Amino acid sequence: MKKDKKLPDIKINKEWCKGCAICVEFCPHDVLAMNGAYPEVVNLEACTACQLCDVRCPDFAITVNKNEQEETNEAKK
Amino acid sequence: MLDYNKYLRQQKFPLIWCAGCGDGIVLKSMLRAIDKIGLSKDEICMVSGIGCSSRLTGYVDFNTLHTTHGRAIAFATGVKMAKPEMHVIVVTGDGDATAIGGNHYIHAARRNIDISVILFNNNIYGMTGGQVSPTTPIGSRASTAPFGNPENSFNISGLAEAAGASFVARGTVHDALILDKYIEKAIRKKGFSVVEVMTPCPTAYGRRNRIGDGVAMIKDLKEHSVSVRKASKMSEEELNDKVVTGILVDRERPEYTDNYNKLIERVKGSNS
Repeated sequence: MKKDKKLPDIKINKEWCKGCAICVEFCPHDVLAMNGAYPEVVNLEACTACQLCDVRCPDFAITVNKNEQEETNEAKK
Repeated sequence: MLDYNKYLRQQKFPLIWCAGCGDGIVLKSMLRAIDKIGLSKDEICMVSGIGCSSRLTGYVDFNTLHTTHGRAIAFATGVKMAKPEMHVIVVTGDGDATAIGGNHYIHAARRNIDISVILFNNNIYGMTGGQVSPTTPIGSRASTAPFGNPENSFNISGLAEAAGASFVARGTVHDALILDKYIEKAIRKKGFSVVEVMTPCPTAYGRRNRIGDGVAMIKDLKEHSVSVRKASKMSEEELNDKVVTGILVDRERPEYTDNYNKLIERVKGSNS
């Protein structure tokens, strides 16, 4: 049976982000890159959901959802 | 990762702090520590003075007090005396706690009152325009020291230790997850506890001292921080430009509100 790898869900809140690039620079797998004033996800496949971007984001502007419990998340909606 | 939103006053966002400022990283660390301990929002009173870091109390949904410059610990002492069962957390900066509020800081440590101080050390007065603070390193530039600071700087953690604090730790925003543990221990500790957090101020310090933006300053912090264990094997000269991180003091001493309540009981007893 083919098992799809569930990719993490990275959300960037541009309303709160100030474009300091800390998330980009300290990502151990180069998942993020700056695009103009804001970061964007450029390599989601490489993301291990370590959440170090979230830990070091001073502006509460990035979150990483591991997507482990996709079904329960769906149920909540 | 924790959903921070339940602890935030989201209507106050985005944060006022500059891009690359580390204060928000410390705020997150504090929220993770509080969440781990499992304290309810009503059990916490967060008190701050004046300065960039002291703006923090406006963003969190606890009992909060934003007080006058340097007096956060004085107000916190009052809250703790009135409600000893409350967890009183002081959020303050290097200038607020050790210059304007220097005496409150020393004497709260001497009394060993059960308050947790989270001290944001960015080596400068950021909000007021980059003046020299008591922790600005000798030789570095500030708006009031354009040719380099000729003053020796304070060792804030050493000061708390000498004055009698029960718990003292120093961390950096680079190692934010380790910081969680220090803050957790500080809140749990019965007695005066201090967590000194080294945090970058790119606007007032980094730019003037040619270190760079927030990213460059956090990398700089990483390069200059050494653990307590490693530092014990280094000479004073080698430690000159280093930041020693880890738990510096963890000891048991009589706590002030306990002593005070015992005194009340004793005097009441003798009068009846």
